[in-house]
Amino acid sequence: MRYLIALLAVALLLAACGQSATAPASLTPTGTPASSGRLVVMTHDSFSVSKTVLAAFEQSTGVTVEVLKAGDAGKMLNQAILSKAAPIADVIFGIDNTFLSRALAADILLPYAAPALANLPADLKLDPSNRLLPIDYGYVAINYDRAALTAAGLTPPTSLEELTKPVWRGKLVVENPATSSPGLAFLLATIAHFGTGPSYSWRDFWRDLRNNEVYVSEGWSDAYNAQFSGSSGKGPYPLVVSYSTSPAAEVFFSDGKLKAPPTGNVLVPGGIFRQVEFAGILKGTNNEELARRFIDFMLQPAFQADIPLQMFVYPVDATVALPQVFTNFATVPAQPAGMTAAQIEQGREAWITQWTKLVLQQ
Amino acid sequence: MDHAVDEARVAAVTRPIRLVGAVLPLCFLALFFCYPLGAILRLSFADGPERLLSALADGYYLQVLGFTLWQATLSTVLTLSVGLPGAYLFARYDFPGKNLLRALAGVPFVMPTVVVAVAFGALLGPQGLVSQALQVVAGPGFTLPRLTGGLGVVLLAHVFYNYTVVLRLVGGFWANLDPRFAQAATMLGAPRWRTALTVTLPLLLPAVGAAALLVFIFTFTSFGVMVILGGPRLSTLEVEIYRQTAQLLRLDVAATLALVQAACTLLLSLVYTGLTAQAAVPLELQPRAATVRRPRGWRARLFVSANILVLALLLGAPLLALALRSVLTPFSEGTYFTLAAYAALSENRTNAAFFVPPTIAIANSLRIAGATTGLALLVGVPTAYMLAHTPTADRRHLSAGRRWATVKWQWAAVLDALFMLPLGTSAATLGLGYLVALSTPELAGLRTSPWLLPLLHTLVALPFVIRALLPTLRARSPSQREVAALLGAAPVVVWLRIELPLIAPALATGAIFAFTVSLGEFGATLLLARPDAPTLPVMIFRFLGQPGALNYGQALALATILMLITTTSFLLLERVRPPGGAF
Repeated sequence: MRYLIALLAVALLLAACGQSATAPASLTPTGTPASSGRLVVMTHDSFSVSKTVLAAFEQSTGVTVEVLKAGDAGKMLNQAILSKAAPIADVIFGIDNTFLSRALAADILLPYAAPALANLPADLKLDPSNRLLPIDYGYVAINYDRAALTAAGLTPPTSLEELTKPVWRGKLVVENPATSSPGLAFLLATIAHFGTGPSYSWRDFWRDLRNNEVYVSEGWSDAYNAQFSGSSGKGPYPLVVSYSTSPAAEVFFSDGKLKAPPTGNVLVPGGIFRQVEFAGILKGTNNEELARRFIDFMLQPAFQADIPLQMFVYPVDATVALPQVFTNFATVPAQPAGMTAAQIEQGREAWITQWTKLVLQQ
Repeated sequence: MDHAVDEARVAAVTRPIRLVGAVLPLCFLALFFCYPLGAILRLSFADGPERLLSALADGYYLQVLGFTLWQATLSTVLTLSVGLPGAYLFARYDFPGKNLLRALAGVPFVMPTVVVAVAFGALLGPQGLVSQALQVVAGPGFTLPRLTGGLGVVLLAHVFYNYTVVLRLVGGFWANLDPRFAQAATMLGAPRWRTALTVTLPLLLPAVGAAALLVFIFTFTSFGVMVILGGPRLSTLEVEIYRQTAQLLRLDVAATLALVQAACTLLLSLVYTGLTAQAAVPLELQPRAATVRRPRGWRARLFVSANILVLALLLGAPLLALALRSVLTPFSEGTYFTLAAYAALSENRTNAAFFVPPTIAIANSLRIAGATTGLALLVGVPTAYMLAHTPTADRRHLSAGRRWATVKWQWAAVLDALFMLPLGTSAATLGLGYLVALSTPELAGLRTSPWLLPLLHTLVALPFVIRALLPTLRARSPSQREVAALLGAAPVVVWLRIELPLIAPALATGAIFAFTVSLGEFGATLLLARPDAPTLPVMIFRFLGQPGALNYGQALALATILMLITTTSFLLLERVRPPGGAF
């Protein structure tokens, strides 16, 4: 009798386990790409789109778009690579040029020569095989705290080299390139600028920055909100590696209190990196046709015009009008760092390792 | 009356329960821990174990391991030395606001690290509350020295986070400990320190050990505190694992380090079970009402006040700064009071498709935490019974010749350590394991199942439930049950009327921790929560991911709401009492 009870209990448990594995599939919409009527888009944490814009796509195609947010850009790509045997999404959006080569090498994407590509600037189309299509771009740049610099009687630095001078000691916060996407972008910009040559190389620059008490933060959230003095967090450092659109965002998200940004951009040669974000169709999808329509949709004016205020980056379609807060307060840097995706892929790991030894460990 | 007959009767009824108790937890562990972990390990070492050996031989990683162990040891010692007086305070004294204070002490546990960094900034930053207050006193221009990471900040943060573990685990057990043991020793002329050292401490050892083990493993696998508050120069194994996986996708090195980390946890848990299993003695546990008193005399009052002051400064001040900052918005014109951030939470100003009102996020958080608590108790209570039932006291009688008993004891010790393993396993590795395991077509549905997060959280919550229950289960004396059985009570009635009230406080502690672990869990939730169903910490993180006063304000407003929800939940959970009466 008692063994029967025990057996029953075990059976119940197994049934419960089995149920938890299968039942929800029918109870709730899931991310299995096989089902029609549903398109799964894998993206990073910062992805956003207007309700009406997305609804228009869903209405015109009759499908539901399900968005899977999978951490930051790097984590998202890793997830896509690790699950390539049975992809968990149809479309992936948010791979940037620092990870472009890894994504292409992992062979997880299908080519699609979208018609809209023809109208895009050539320098944004970084993948000739058309597996990754550019959707938006933004600039990583140093921001400064206007009030703090005025109070200290300083004017914003005019070159990267100036940051190694005593007057800027303990004033700059950067993100760790090993854990942060803007951090990596800034490192790449400095490598492109100073080069790896025998004279003053990027290593010399970073050694000098370290000696000048640069603060290294784990990620953007901590750097900007807790360390930078120009944000609402009122941290101790008046310079931070952020985005060229951050000052405009400060005005936009000030609840109407600010008429001008409390921060400004330090647009110096070698201190700017252009991040281009791409979308692609994941290999193994059963919804290839639908996925193509979604890529087309992302390149259409409605979505492109929606990009600036939802994600604070620029649309790749140059014919789209920018919102006023962009035209007033976001300066477009003249000379972003010149580095190809192939160069980045070749150097990235070694540079991060060298940087870690140089700035953090020795 | 034959004593043995009743023992047999009780055993007859409890055996199938015990069998289920053994099978259920093991199935759970196998399915939701071993299977995904195995999946990622298989993938990581697909090319053979060469990298494993080379990573093990790398001096840098040995150095990291050394530092990881060192900081965890320091953190544990510090947390115990700050937490034990607190535990005594809550166990023995009755004072106004006691329940509220105990609930508040648990709030840090649910705070994402980046929020704690913001809180420290709001308190101690150049324009933080302390600076502003000092500027009023000492004149403008006064600033505090800059907070720049380092081991000191890490240790402080670890105490901040883990204080509540000692408070609840040790304090909870202490509250039911008969004070007459110590009183008798004092009566017999033993000085206070001697009573504490030779009477109270040995009796408390199982609970102190349980708390120490949890704090050690928690700080041993420290990640957020390390990278955000400690600064990038400090690196633990978990940090290295994260870097190897997230940025470099070097799975083999990451898996090797994860194995080292797990092995350390297992070893430590084994040593712990070996040490404390013998320390447990059957006790007549007392109802709490009989053991607490109001502080009398200046010494007692001083002790109570000093402890509350430590609690207020260490835990209260940063949280209060956070709450104040959420209603005091600093703009160039000056600081003023506003509820704008709270109002903005329920407005979708940018018409974003993934906008979620705070009520939904609160509901999501509570639903997941509630499910986790239920699951953790469902699996944890039978596990604790299974582990407690192995008669450790017997071992001392039998160890001389009875080989079998020793083998059985070792089996229990291994099992005990095994259930601690999820807590000591790299979250980054396990997360990838789930991803790989769930990327087969058959299991893909589970990835978006509403049960996935509660199941994952239960893995981490389980060690807390087990550790909270075991000291009480091992200390309970069989005589009460025997008397009831002798008087003819059915075993079920015995359990409900005698056993349940006795273990209820420990059960509540376990439930509170399961709830807390889930409410504050962030890494897995961020990856696996659906964009339209985020939890509170995930929403806070999203707001902190964009510039602007409004985003910052909303993040702080949500953090304050999270604090309120946590405190209220704790107060309510503590009120749940079994029908047998309060113990």
